[in-house]
Amino acid sequence: MKLPLSWLAEFVAFPKGINVEKIVAAFVKVGFEVEGVENPADNIKGPLVVGRVKEIEELTEYKKPIRYVGLDCGEKSTRYVICGATNFSVGDLVVVALPGAILPGGFAISARETYGKTSNGMICSARELGISDDHNGIIVLQNKSIKVGSPALDVMGVNDPIIDIAVNPDRGYAMSVRGAARELAMALGVEFKDVNSKALVNSLEKKKKRGKVTPVLIADKTGADRIYLRSLQDVNPLSPTPEWMARRLTQAGMRPISVAVDVTNYVMLEMGQPLHAFDSGKISGTLRVQRAGKVKEIVTLDNQKRKLDPKDLLIADDKKPLALAGTMGGLDSEVTEFTVGIALEAAHFDAKAIAQNSRRHILSSEASRRFERGVDPQLAELASARAALLLIEYAGAKYVGTASKVIAPIKKRTVKVSAQEISNLIGCNYSDKEVQLALTKVGCNLKKVGKVWNVTVPTWRPDLNLLSDFAEEVARFYGYDRIPSILPAVKPAPSGASGLTPIQQRKRAMALSLANKGLVEVHNYPFVSAAQMELFGFTGDRAKTFRIANPMSEEAPLLRTHLTPGLLATAARNLARGETSVALFETGLVFRNTEKLPSVANIETAKKPSPAQIKKIYESVPKQALHIGGVIAGDFVSSGWWGKGRKADWLDCLSLVEDLITATGNSFTVHNVELAPWHPGRCAEFRVNGKPIAHAGEIHPRISAALSLPERTVAFALIVDGIPFSAPVKAEPVVTMPAAIQDISLFVNQDVAASEVEAALVSGAGELLESIQLFDRFQKPGEDQVSLAFSLVFRAPDRTLTSDEVSALRQAAGAAAEKACKATIRS
Amino acid sequence: MSSMNTDIEAIKSAALQAIAAAKNLDELKEVKVSHVGDRSPIARANQGLGQIPAEERAAMGKVIGTARADINQSFVDREKVLTADRDSKVLIEERVDVTLPVNRNMKGALHPLTILSNEISDLFIGMGYTVQEGPEMESSWLNFDALNIPADHPARTMQDTFFIEPVSSGLVMRTHTSPVQIRTMLENEPPIYVICPGRTYRADELDATHTPVFNQVEGLVIDKGITMAHLKGTLDHFAAKIFGAEVTTRIRPSFFPFTEPSAEVDFFYNGRWVEWGGCGMVNPKVLQACGIDTDVYSGFAFGMGLERTLMVRHGITDMHDIVEGDVRFSRQFGTGAR
Repeated sequence: MKLPLSWLAEFVAFPKGINVEKIVAAFVKVGFEVEGVENPADNIKGPLVVGRVKEIEELTEYKKPIRYVGLDCGEKSTRYVICGATNFSVGDLVVVALPGAILPGGFAISARETYGKTSNGMICSARELGISDDHNGIIVLQNKSIKVGSPALDVMGVNDPIIDIAVNPDRGYAMSVRGAARELAMALGVEFKDVNSKALVNSLEKKKKRGKVTPVLIADKTGADRIYLRSLQDVNPLSPTPEWMARRLTQAGMRPISVAVDVTNYVMLEMGQPLHAFDSGKISGTLRVQRAGKVKEIVTLDNQKRKLDPKDLLIADDKKPLALAGTMGGLDSEVTEFTVGIALEAAHFDAKAIAQNSRRHILSSEASRRFERGVDPQLAELASARAALLLIEYAGAKYVGTASKVIAPIKKRTVKVSAQEISNLIGCNYSDKEVQLALTKVGCNLKKVGKVWNVTVPTWRPDLNLLSDFAEEVARFYGYDRIPSILPAVKPAPSGASGLTPIQQRKRAMALSLANKGLVEVHNYPFVSAAQMELFGFTGDRAKTFRIANPMSEEAPLLRTHLTPGLLATAARNLARGETSVALFETGLVFRNTEKLPSVANIETAKKPSPAQIKKIYESVPKQALHIGGVIAGDFVSSGWWGKGRKADWLDCLSLVEDLITATGNSFTVHNVELAPWHPGRCAEFRVNGKPIAHAGEIHPRISAALSLPERTVAFALIVDGIPFSAPVKAEPVVTMPAAIQDISLFVNQDVAASEVEAALVSGAGELLESIQLFDRFQKPGEDQVSLAFSLVFRAPDRTLTSDEVSALRQAAGAAAEKACKATIRS
Repeated sequence: MSSMNTDIEAIKSAALQAIAAAKNLDELKEVKVSHVGDRSPIARANQGLGQIPAEERAAMGKVIGTARADINQSFVDREKVLTADRDSKVLIEERVDVTLPVNRNMKGALHPLTILSNEISDLFIGMGYTVQEGPEMESSWLNFDALNIPADHPARTMQDTFFIEPVSSGLVMRTHTSPVQIRTMLENEPPIYVICPGRTYRADELDATHTPVFNQVEGLVIDKGITMAHLKGTLDHFAAKIFGAEVTTRIRPSFFPFTEPSAEVDFFYNGRWVEWGGCGMVNPKVLQACGIDTDVYSGFAFGMGLERTLMVRHGITDMHDIVEGDVRFSRQFGTGAR
């Protein structure tokens, strides 16, 4: 909301010595963020004066019209300047920048030779002065009584700081100069000079003449509770908008259009009541508030043909729609240059109805923004009277009467509050007197009943309902600085919980472990494209995405089902920026559209939902698994003066996953699987209790190539919350008897997994086997037998094993492998 | 007997000679095998004691024992000398240049947002809070309705929400971590002291100061007698721990549907006020929706952007650095170990 200081001054009795800084601080103190202060005069330097046109010489030898103009600027002699505009004649008052002036953008004015003449200055347009976008010719001042040679900025009221404040949604009343001024006066502790509503309405009624009044009715009582329709005749729609009004509209960020529209906008900005001027000649019968129902469409002022929803709130007449109520007028009924009669409408529409109008038509207007936030119901009568008086004064209109409908009288709302309750909530003492003063300044009426205040709430404050609402008013009136700072006492967490939950601890431990192994953590956006999904070739649950209805980019409207697309893209970005190798990891949620989710109907918020309702709300949200994934592209051990490094391979990736799972105290099995986006022959699936919880291996070469990643880039992904939490470790005693080491090598067919052979050996070796390690593996080219060599460590808790015992155990292990894996023992 | 004595003398002198002749530890090792070890002449002589007539055995044993002790002492002395010799020469020759770079392994790092989030969680855990997290795709009832943001309220359009298709599903990407507060209140009885860090979403274009995917940390306290003064105290403590003991905060009136009174919190840092986040006393309507008795309990809540906090504290000027995953950025922060 842009507020010219001169306009605020009409409502606020500013003290002497006030300045913009103090005003800004006052607004901030009571809760209005100041987004900026601008003063066009700050961008203009040097002499700028009012001049009268004495003579005009048309220079005709040029392609465009050029004038050589003689000006009386209150100097001894006539000043001559060249001008390219033609919208003025002899006798007009214009704005002249004299040599030495600097206009916005650093445009310096000097005497110069041009078009064969000497130009001693410049006649200015509004745009050249930076006060509006108007470049249709130069400024011609309407007030002919201004003295030539006067400083033009002061005459035009340009030297007027504009304070731009942000108005929060609960303070609809402050979307007006009057409302903002009330807050400012309160913050500064000075008088608020309000309009005298009764006098205003009376002075209009005194001007009433005979004539036809357009009738009005409210057909839908849920859409509006009052409407005033003031009929004006003999309007001259071409009357110029007064300069001061046009200037203020411009300052407030609106464009002057025509006197009828400008008056309604001006009154809206001033009082906060949106108004609409209809050409009463276009209204058939009675003007009414109604829902669209069967009405199919309307063409609005912005020349858009809009299909109507049956629930849209309209202004209509006996035959046709006239406006999208509280949102935008209709094109057919707008005031034109041929308009003779105006029906000036001011209504108090239902906030929700207008919010829905606005939302359905994606049309947020100055009017709808105000209605949505709530407009004072008292304003309709007052603001329409103010606008009618302005039309009488500036558009030659004749007032012939008002039709109005009021569904219900404005109810007085009273709330009981006490200084004690307010003090208790804020944690700061406010006396009865202080509460009374603060709430009175806000506009409330207070009456003491015992220890409690009976507070009658002003009609423009629908937001004041609960104790906390009044507490905020009191607290901000005296400033939040007054509230003390007290740290609540530390207490043990309730319900026995303390510190991090197991999953939070696991998340931290896993991340730290990967970082310590050389991987850098990234946080990727979870947005992916259909092309990425296709490239990665996800199947099953991994292919079931959610789509964002309004994505940042139509290219990536899907939510990730897996961490690898983001990880690989970020790896590629790092490589493109000059890294030669990169190792990354990420922890984050994935989104899989795999369940049929119940949708939640409207559940009221006045009380806690029932357990069944809560269950349904929770079930309407898909499960989002927590994954941790990583990628290594290029070397995992760098080359350097020490020699050659080592490329990352699938083993690195598997070993990272093994360590992550082992650290949780769980054991796992590993299986060869074919799963996108991995190399079909080089993907390991890790299972805990038979359930797949991680995959690791080489990325499919097709994908690595498409993303310009090095060959044999490896990656892994693990379901952090898929791994069970292990019970506390039951410690085995450390045995100090000597160990006996036995090696065994066997031949197996290449189709037999090494893990199966190991498992068979373990089962055959019995419980004295302490550990087993595969220390050699080879396969002669062209042969289908693989040689595997294991080292077995045996130890008994209570004695030294004899060599006979140990070789018997080795034999038993070998026999189990022969049986289970068709192995042949080599040695 | 005397010839045996002479033999022992000979064995001893040969051993002592050999020990003295060893020029380095390697040679001394060989001498040990031939003159000191289990198969050396002196050891054999000792083993041969059994064959000696019993009446001579004790005297002979003494002779051999003395000789053996002399040999051992000589060996130990020589070993000391040679070891010192080696230390003064050989190890010096084996010197390496330890200033050579040793960056053989990749340098890992945690993302600074993770480090900051952990730091904040730990700070509040120390004050008796628990850390709560929740889903990022959320029910609009939990993200909006329960937070006093009804369907047609302008506050709902204040946050540029990402909606999930079909829009009738009522699913959104959470616009704040506040739905975690609602879940906490629905699931627990007061007193409640929780801190909720997490990822949040709003449809803002990525630029130097905005990102559509960002992180928040919110705090919620519900207890008997909680006041706005407690909120201020908590914010002051929080700011001092994160930005330094000398940092002060201020709150100023604002509006959030879920708090009343509401405030913006700023902190004074490097000579200027910096906007930090929003806060206020939990709106009784929110407490009602969660079944908390407003006659008994009151509470406060606050929420800050983690990115903003990180940027101010570490002098980061471009949001791109935080979101793009460039390893050069995160490596500056290491793992946050101090």
